[in-house]
Amino acid sequence: MAKDEITKGYKLVGTRPNRPDGLDKVTGRARYGADFSLPGMLWAAVVRSPHAHAKIKRIDATKALALDGVKAVVTRADLPTGLEGEDLNLQENTLAGEKALYDGHAVAAVAATSALLAQDAARLIEVEYEVIPHVTDVDAAMQPGAPVIREGAADYSVPEGMHPNVVRHMEFGHGDVVAGFAAADIVREETYKTEATHQGYIEPHACVGQMGEDGRGEMWVCTQGHWYIRRMCAAVLGIEAANLRVTPSEIGGGFGGKTTIFMEPLALALSKKAGGRPVKLVMSRAEVLRATGPTASASMDVKIGMKKDGTVTAGQVMFRMQGGAFVGMSPIGEALPCAFACYDIPALKHEAVEVLTNRPKAAAYRAPGSPMAAFAVESLMDEMCRELGLDPIDVRLKNAAKEGSKSSYGPVYNRIGLVETLEAAKAHPNYAIPLGPNQGRGVASGFWFNHGGETSVSLAIGEDGTVQVSIGTPDIGGSRASIALMTAETLGIPYENVRVNVVETGALGVNEPTHGSRATFASGKAAVEAARQAIKEMCRRAAAEWEIEPEAVEWKDGAAQPAGPNAGKFPPMTIAEIGAKMGGTGGPISGHHETNAGGVGASFGTHVVDVEVDPETGRTTVLRYLVVQDAGTAIHPAYVEGQYQGGAAQGIGWALNEEYVYGADGRLQNTVFLDYRIPVASDLPMIDTVIVEVPNPGHPYGVRGVGETGITPPLPALAGAVAAAAGVRLRSLPMSPPKVLAAIKAARQA
Amino acid sequence: MKKVHVTTTVNGDPVEFLADPRETLLDCLRNHLDLTGTKEGCGTGDCGACSVTLDGTLVCSCLVLGVEAEGKKVETIEGMASEGELHPLQRQFIEHAALQCGFCTPGILVAAKSLLEQNPDPSESEIRFWLAGNLCRCTGYDKIVRAVQDAAAEMRGAA
Repeated sequence: MAKDEITKGYKLVGTRPNRPDGLDKVTGRARYGADFSLPGMLWAAVVRSPHAHAKIKRIDATKALALDGVKAVVTRADLPTGLEGEDLNLQENTLAGEKALYDGHAVAAVAATSALLAQDAARLIEVEYEVIPHVTDVDAAMQPGAPVIREGAADYSVPEGMHPNVVRHMEFGHGDVVAGFAAADIVREETYKTEATHQGYIEPHACVGQMGEDGRGEMWVCTQGHWYIRRMCAAVLGIEAANLRVTPSEIGGGFGGKTTIFMEPLALALSKKAGGRPVKLVMSRAEVLRATGPTASASMDVKIGMKKDGTVTAGQVMFRMQGGAFVGMSPIGEALPCAFACYDIPALKHEAVEVLTNRPKAAAYRAPGSPMAAFAVESLMDEMCRELGLDPIDVRLKNAAKEGSKSSYGPVYNRIGLVETLEAAKAHPNYAIPLGPNQGRGVASGFWFNHGGETSVSLAIGEDGTVQVSIGTPDIGGSRASIALMTAETLGIPYENVRVNVVETGALGVNEPTHGSRATFASGKAAVEAARQAIKEMCRRAAAEWEIEPEAVEWKDGAAQPAGPNAGKFPPMTIAEIGAKMGGTGGPISGHHETNAGGVGASFGTHVVDVEVDPETGRTTVLRYLVVQDAGTAIHPAYVEGQYQGGAAQGIGWALNEEYVYGADGRLQNTVFLDYRIPVASDLPMIDTVIVEVPNPGHPYGVRGVGETGITPPLPALAGAVAAAAGVRLRSLPMSPPKVLAAIKAARQA
Repeated sequence: MKKVHVTTTVNGDPVEFLADPRETLLDCLRNHLDLTGTKEGCGTGDCGACSVTLDGTLVCSCLVLGVEAEGKKVETIEGMASEGELHPLQRQFIEHAALQCGFCTPGILVAAKSLLEQNPDPSESEIRFWLAGNLCRCTGYDKIVRAVQDAAAEMRGAA
């Protein structure tokens, strides 16, 4: 196969072999969440609140239970009491208690012998509500007189005098911002807003759960992290974690939205009530949009001081974010550190509040918090560059964080690649293409921390010298291929001789989900360590046979070999030979590694986009798009490009079109893909990519993690491009055609 | 509701099933015939994950009732490879890394096959507009479009 030029001295790392799950996925054989069934299985349906905020006065399931074939109904009364903190949040979101807190909040669930019967039965469950005032906008929820969603929910961090819906407050910074702003030639301050968006994975949440009267159970589920499913279901249902065995299916997209539970405990609770019969629960798209996932919406003030040469002297932000009706769900803790992470600025002040609203419990969405923060900060940077007539890449280069810079959020950066992405973007042909009328170019950079996290991996040598690797991070974007490449590279054997399996909770120690751009980084690092352990044992077996010291044996090209002329003359003993006789030389050979993976390398990227805005309709067409991002090392470059392109596409959707639309009644207005319109093939051009490789010293092959940063720059880059094309600056997303058109008309009248 | 006996042909094989008249063709394929390669992403005809052909016409099987399949010919993703040999589209999708999670892939392959049967040499724009009814959230479509272009070229060369 062709090797990419960008790789350095590796045989397999940096190549593009076919993914191991490719055949199953192009033939329809791959089994996703809803594709699994069991004998005697029941189907479930969920009753959801049609009100944004309502007291639940009475639930009567008599008529539903009277139907032949209806086997069980559960309400909050069937769940244990006394939970606290996030466990209580999870239980409260699984089934409403005294109040329904948002449109779509689950109130009851029913299991029956068919999906249609379960839906019929759900309609027969009577719920009496007392509707109370609601609020869905983050700024409105902080105003005096706004309905209080949870009394006493605010923690110690909230200053006195704020509305009870403000539940968390955060601030940090460094340097003297007053002096910094005084030293600037221009100081600008603006307010930016982003609406909530949904991860928009095409596969709705689905599971099959089975639990007996003894509280022992099993679950098959589409998830980014099955140990999280186990822990959360156990907490919500009051059972022991070890009694729940969770097997992950293939996963049809997650983007952070499948790192938590939504309805999974219901399948188990219904199963237990129905005498242990397995229960399948599959969400509709409307349920997905109303009751899962969305990201926070944000209202953000930014102030930046800049000298005439582009040097930033000080920055200050105040972010207001809502993550629904549940404390701790807005990503203020991520958004603030991301805000100025790209820059080395002498004085910074960060402040944010989390606000409760009558919206669904937010979940992580690709680089949680970073896209909103970037929209605010990078937009204002762009506005100031244009005001001063400065090249936006030059200004970013002038202020860029680099190795040794103290980051905006505290730690000192080790080797990072922001400067390299800026230089590559500037050198790319796209940056020099002349633009026509109504066309404009935008540039922005973005950041994500990346993450290591709890990781457990096992590896076993087969009797024929092939290798199986057991990992606990579900494969969403090709990580089985990248982990097989790294394992094969380490062992010196062909890629095809390594099979990587995502295994169930009973097979490994606790693994965090595939989140934080960590799967290839952390499971890959652990797999390499496990392979090294197996190599050590294989060298020991060879040494024993050769009757020399183990230290006199080295591993090379997939075989144990004498380390030098003094070790003796023996022909190489291949992994296949060692595997074939391991039963007689000491038993099975395996490797195992578990860690809370350190050595994370931060991720930076720079995007360049050209758009054309139709002044008659306000419609924005993306003409060309360039993603430049530091991968550290690209293990499988095709899937790295895929992450860049996919992240950019999601960011383009967020910037131009996607939004949660709430009516005056507090109900979500756009609950199908026709109305919640994600980018389709005809909306997008080809998405050009440049993989920058500044290896991460904390990973054996230099991996940083590539999943998340790509969604961050599109929001401000597109705002800058639209501003250049249409002459109007939109500080509120999405830049949908009606909003752009209204801005153009307002500018004409002014 | 009383069930209806449906006799139809799926991927060339004669099949029979009992359908509730409210069940979609998608429900029947997945739950009565165990053909779970066809996916449900929305149930409202917006995402294309359930794409199949019905007497040669590309349809969203979530918008067709199961009873409407009576006497017709249904083709699904499970019938796309012939006797162990992948269709050029299937092979190109793997080689181009044109899938990440793979959930939209069956529907996109069925839709792309239908396009190439009608237009063996589509432009990039024609591919993008034909596939506009098939949502993919992972890839940004770039590698999908390229895989379809290369499969089309390969099929023209082979013809």
